[in-house]
Amino acid sequence: MYAQLVKSEGMKAREEMSPEEIAFQERIDRGEKIEPKEWMPEGYRKTLIRQIGQHAHSEIVGQLPEGNWITRAPTLERKAILLAKVQDEAGHGLYLYSAAETLGVSRDELMELLHAGKMKYSSIFNYPTLTWADIGAVGWLVDGAAIMNQVPLQRTSFGPYSRAMIRICKEESFHQRQGYAIMMKMAQGTPEQKRMAQDALNRFWYPALMMFGPSDKDSVHSAQSMAWKIKINTNDELRQKFVDQTVPQAEYLGLTVPDPDLKWNEDKGGYDFSEPDWSEFFEVIAGNGPCNKDRLGARVRAWEDGAWFREGLMAHAEKQAARRAPVAAE
Amino acid sequence: MSKEWPLWEVFIRGQHGLNHRHVGSLHAPDAEMAIMNARDVYTRRNEGVSIWVVRSSEITASSPSDKGPLFEPSNSKVYRHPTFFDIPEEVGHM
Repeated sequence: MYAQLVKSEGMKAREEMSPEEIAFQERIDRGEKIEPKEWMPEGYRKTLIRQIGQHAHSEIVGQLPEGNWITRAPTLERKAILLAKVQDEAGHGLYLYSAAETLGVSRDELMELLHAGKMKYSSIFNYPTLTWADIGAVGWLVDGAAIMNQVPLQRTSFGPYSRAMIRICKEESFHQRQGYAIMMKMAQGTPEQKRMAQDALNRFWYPALMMFGPSDKDSVHSAQSMAWKIKINTNDELRQKFVDQTVPQAEYLGLTVPDPDLKWNEDKGGYDFSEPDWSEFFEVIAGNGPCNKDRLGARVRAWEDGAWFREGLMAHAEKQAARRAPVAAE
Repeated sequence: MSKEWPLWEVFIRGQHGLNHRHVGSLHAPDAEMAIMNARDVYTRRNEGVSIWVVRSSEITASSPSDKGPLFEPSNSKVYRHPTFFDIPEEVGHM
């Protein structure tokens, strides 16, 4: 998802737990929220920093593929909508960075880890947005997949993360709907526009499925995260839910999901579908996707080019504060 | 490494004349910028009519480990709640 392949700790059996760890686990089992200053196992803190940090980075890097089309949106209204959406993503990044900071990591540290390639962001943002229809597909599929993951995370055990998710989910529905509205327009447009919409679906379908992370049988870090309620559903559960929700939406558009094996399965009450190419997924995660270098390069450049501005504002603030301060010891 | 902007806690009064409520935090070089940034992030959809910001470092919080001793004294004083008193039904709503 926005946080894929988050390294967690090995699952501890109850006999191996200290009294504090047992008490902590019982609080989580009772559905209590854990707040920043309360005692928590070091592994819980570390895993959350990785997960929330990765989630935050995804929001910020996720601005790039869509930002690519702001200046070329087909109408002024579409431009204003896309701009608002991309601004929202910056806010989502902020909420999440703030949540991570309550765990004792600084914003600058998180930025440095991202820029050094030591923290990841979602694989999905390493794919290019080639046409305007891609902006529709991103809103519809990528934000759709994000909602699937983020709605259950509103119930996560860590208070600040849960509250950030609640704020984000309130805004996310606008994102998905504006994307689907673009797809409707394109799918009902000229044959060429419809072809563009189909092409966007073809290219984004499998990368969207990859957002949920590897198949459960290969997902090594889930058990402890689920016990701690920082992961609520398994990757495959969410992927299945996403497919079941999205296929009828594609049908409404008159578009074809690019999976010849997609078939309704009456027994399980869901669709059977093909898994994405996992070797591609691991390549993209390893830094070898179509846009990895561009994306990270753009982030590093923005950070470095903005340094004089951040420092300038700070220097100004310090000067103003010194001027206001009462003259000490007359 | 350059100096990080300080952290501010943001409080917003909603449309309904309620108290200011904590909504989140952000980094800004000074209070004025913190208010501007809070406006840009936390009131994008008519969420508020007034903003407070305060440096996070200025907040003193009760300690989680004192939760028991700190709040226990009121837990035992059930008579502070109206439901402690039985009022006969004939008396009507009170």
